[in-house]
Amino acid sequence: MILLELFLAFLKIGAFTFGGGYAMVPLIQSEAERNGWLSGGELVDFIAVSESTPGPLAVNMATFVGIKTAGIPGALCATFGVILPSFVIILLVAGCFEKYRQSLAVKGIMCGLKPAVVGLIAAAFISIGQTVLLSGAGFMDAVKTTEFWVCIAIFALTAVLAFKKVHPIILILLAAAIGIGAGYALGL
Amino acid sequence: MVFQLFLTFLKIGAFTFGGGYAMIPLIEREVCTNKKWLESKDILEVVAIAETTPGPIAINAATFVGYKKAGFLGALAATLGVVLPSFLIISALSFILVRFREYKPVVYAFMGIRAAVLALILKALFTMYKAAKKDIFAYVIMGVALCLVAVLKIDAFFVILGCALAGLIYTVIATRKAGRV
Repeated sequence: MILLELFLAFLKIGAFTFGGGYAMVPLIQSEAERNGWLSGGELVDFIAVSESTPGPLAVNMATFVGIKTAGIPGALCATFGVILPSFVIILLVAGCFEKYRQSLAVKGIMCGLKPAVVGLIAAAFISIGQTVLLSGAGFMDAVKTTEFWVCIAIFALTAVLAFKKVHPIILILLAAAIGIGAGYALGL
Repeated sequence: MVFQLFLTFLKIGAFTFGGGYAMIPLIEREVCTNKKWLESKDILEVVAIAETTPGPIAINAATFVGYKKAGFLGALAATLGVVLPSFLIISALSFILVRFREYKPVVYAFMGIRAAVLALILKALFTMYKAAKKDIFAYVIMGVALCLVAVLKIDAFFVILGCALAGLIYTVIATRKAGRV
């Protein structure tokens, strides 16, 4: 039952994401690959669209994966799944938040989780980098293609701009424009 | 009140790009400055709770503010409000995207966009690295988590569980030691 699977997968993603946004990418990647819902490239496209449309990244991605996999009902199930853990847990701890935050258990868990998320995003960066730059080919084959060097150039440019705090939407639009320009100019 | 919460968070959901932390200043302006539902210092509490509980920061923040102001119904209204714009926009957009996915300009555009997303992930990685504590334990966890997923291909969920457990054990032992000295 695809709807139930979507709901459960995103329930799990919602319950295990700490820090929101990009912390969710490794988890979506793991679920989507295991279930064969998305290719690596599609995941990257979804991140881009989620970044350039309003609303929380997590909800955008859940809706997107849901629709792609099982239409509007799928989108409803995935979105409901991703927000349910948040909703329930906040209701539970809202009344006794100070006690919750100061407790040894929460401090300890957070002390392990925060660096873990850094490691997981680093792993996601590597695997998404392989998808984007090599598109499935081996490294030696990929470096011979023009497309590889165009992507490297766009990556380098947007990375510099990103660290100069240029807004993500501007980066995405700029990259799209360069992509179209280079695509036609070089006949890729 | 419940309807007010819904409308306010609908507005916040419709005008935040990137979600999460990008949403906090907007929540502050709407909830503290305009509506005076919370004081400015309470926003820090909202951020703290959103960070230490699982789930998207935006959802956590909306549920928390809604609950504080109007109980369960308030939480429901605020959460629905913040989700609805995303849901509608993405639903509409995905149909357009599927139809034009094979067009040449779209293919070229996404070639560029994918490279930009890679840059955005790198930026997010550095931001999170900067925010993390930097002691030996943290470095070990970062390295182990990276290797387990990237090299050994272990499911990210197990890595998160394991690291949470390791953090818990480490903190309990460190606290015991500090108590003894």
